[in-house]
Amino acid sequence: MKPIVIRAEGSWRSLGLREAWEYRELLFFLTWRDVKVKYKQTHLGVAWAVLQPMLTMIVFSVVFGRVAKLPSHGVPYPLFTYAALLPWQLFANALVQSSNSLVTNQALLTKVYFPRMLIPSATVLAGVIDFAVACVVLFGMMLFYGVTPTVRVAVLPGFVLLAVCAALAVGIWLSALNVRYRDVRYTVPFLTQFWLFASPIAYSSSVVPERYRLLYSLNPMASVVDGFRWALFGVEPPSAEALIAGSLTVGVLLVSGLAFFRRVETTFADVV
Amino acid sequence: MDENAIVTEGLSKRYQIGKPEKYRTLRDALARAASAPLRALRGELERKPKEWFWALEDVSVEIARGDVVGVLGRNGAGKTTLLKLLSRITVPTRGQAIIRGRVGSLLEVGTGFHPELTGRDNIFLNGAIIGMRRADILRKFDEIVEFAEVGKFIDTTVKRYSSGMHARLAFAVAAHLEPEILIVDEVLSVGDAAFQKKCLGKMDAVAKGGRTVLFVSHNMSAAAQLCNRGILLDSGRLVRTGVIDDVVREYVESGTREQEATLTFPARPTKSGSIRRIGLVNPSGKRTTEFFNDERICVEVEYELTEALPDHHVYVWLERADGLMVLRSADDDYAPRLEQTRAVRQPGTYTRRVFFPPSLLNEGVYQFRIDLGKRWADVDRQRSAFFRVEDCTDYRDSSIGKRKGVVLFPLEWKEEFFSAEGGRVELPVGAPLPALTALEEGLEGEGE
Repeated sequence: MKPIVIRAEGSWRSLGLREAWEYRELLFFLTWRDVKVKYKQTHLGVAWAVLQPMLTMIVFSVVFGRVAKLPSHGVPYPLFTYAALLPWQLFANALVQSSNSLVTNQALLTKVYFPRMLIPSATVLAGVIDFAVACVVLFGMMLFYGVTPTVRVAVLPGFVLLAVCAALAVGIWLSALNVRYRDVRYTVPFLTQFWLFASPIAYSSSVVPERYRLLYSLNPMASVVDGFRWALFGVEPPSAEALIAGSLTVGVLLVSGLAFFRRVETTFADVV
Repeated sequence: MDENAIVTEGLSKRYQIGKPEKYRTLRDALARAASAPLRALRGELERKPKEWFWALEDVSVEIARGDVVGVLGRNGAGKTTLLKLLSRITVPTRGQAIIRGRVGSLLEVGTGFHPELTGRDNIFLNGAIIGMRRADILRKFDEIVEFAEVGKFIDTTVKRYSSGMHARLAFAVAAHLEPEILIVDEVLSVGDAAFQKKCLGKMDAVAKGGRTVLFVSHNMSAAAQLCNRGILLDSGRLVRTGVIDDVVREYVESGTREQEATLTFPARPTKSGSIRRIGLVNPSGKRTTEFFNDERICVEVEYELTEALPDHHVYVWLERADGLMVLRSADDDYAPRLEQTRAVRQPGTYTRRVFFPPSLLNEGVYQFRIDLGKRWADVDRQRSAFFRVEDCTDYRDSSIGKRKGVVLFPLEWKEEFFSAEGGRVELPVGAPLPALTALEEGLEGEGE
């Protein structure tokens, strides 16, 4: 076995993906813990995974669908917005949870060694279970409204993956920053609120003027939401440019986030 | 294969100290927060001079494969820092360490235990966190449950466990970790005596199994029994390394030789409270580490709270230098209904004095341990200087020579004499048996 050398490391390091892979069992257990613990001692339990997007959907349907009468391309507005809320909540919850994750797992950071990136990653993955539960309701609703999914549903996992990667990228950045600057905790609620309105959740991305489209699609959640609606209801698909722009954003954020995370993770135990 | 398991070269770790700004009231905090951007513009923020503190400095040791090494030293000597560096929780400021073999470290037992999960779930979670593979845990699961003695509670959530069960389960998982190099920090201070003994047995088995073990303990007899080599640290520096018996002797001697009867400890601004000073005072008010056994011993503890602590408490443990626990006392000794008496203490500096009565301890070297705690948890823990108790009574000149045991409390003895005629007389305590005639006179006197 190769000897381990422990020394001061101030500079940029490798992304440490190989080591993270060696610890995949721990990633599984941490995810499993987050899933198991999430709804402990709640009365409604996992129903919360459905209630959260449902309640938001009702509010949106009343405010944006009924009152503001935003267009929804012939899809019933509740369905139109619920299909967007699912990936959005996956993203937003993962973002909130993971940005706080290193701080809430302080005890682990100061007592045991393992690749630190497992912690925010596990919280993001745990959110996928909620998403899966909420999806069941989506298909129920589609049945109710008589909307039949097409074979395009097969590409949905691709968009889910993009949303997960986006959440992971932002989560890794914020969790690492939060260790030293607890200001992050107060920034995240605003961030998610702004981001919600910068994504086509309550409205259709077709209302965005043509000349701002590219800028708009730098937001990966725009492509994710458009992709969901396209795969489920057959409305206009996200453009190739939008997909590339969104994926690029995620890629850049993810790689830079990992690099930053690796750079500062050696000090986590000292400053957390 | 004859290479050393661990080699450190000039290993050093520096921490920044310095008091964080203290906000006395919420209004202050808000006012300061509001003016922060302005002060930042003027460059007044973060311009405080930084103070550095070397927790570990220039430590070079070699640990051979299969060695069982006891790491000794007072609190703050750098023991835990050394273990944290070697288990890669934090990185050194200078120097390096080379480790050959898979490391498992137990800086506390039950790391990552989740109160909402069952005992069964926690075995898997904690096992995975300390570095066991799922297959290993599955294989050893029954053994772990049996060792922990939690039996039918294995499917109960851990938050319903007693603290003893909690500790046993946690240690049971830890005890079944089998890395090539095991790093252990004072885990034996949990559980009752019987369980501690079982744990020591398990540790012994691990040590004899040819693994390399690094073991921090304040229990000198455990260290001497388990380890073959020792490392003595003081104020972050390596004092001595060698055969365990020599290192233990040096540690105990250095503890009493030093005339520092008052130890001071750095503030720990990140904690809600910290013990700042522990002093030993004799009846004439002198600070000393030498006491006669007819003197009252006073322990003086100064501590600082940075936030209000609910159910605040102070414990004092009296231990002999070899780790034998003599007694423990809590500030609520006389008021066992904790909830009613434990007050919330506001931030500030407090001093506690605990008095140990004369004629309590036999000759020997002892030490106090002070735990400062809040509800459910210890906030800080420190140890006093070692102190020596000299026997100045004439007990030692009695026919049996030096008295045995830890405690020297004078006891009340009574003796009665019954004559064949059914008379009874009380004899003076400890007096030589009087002549029979005198006794008979006494009996007659009694009879009248």
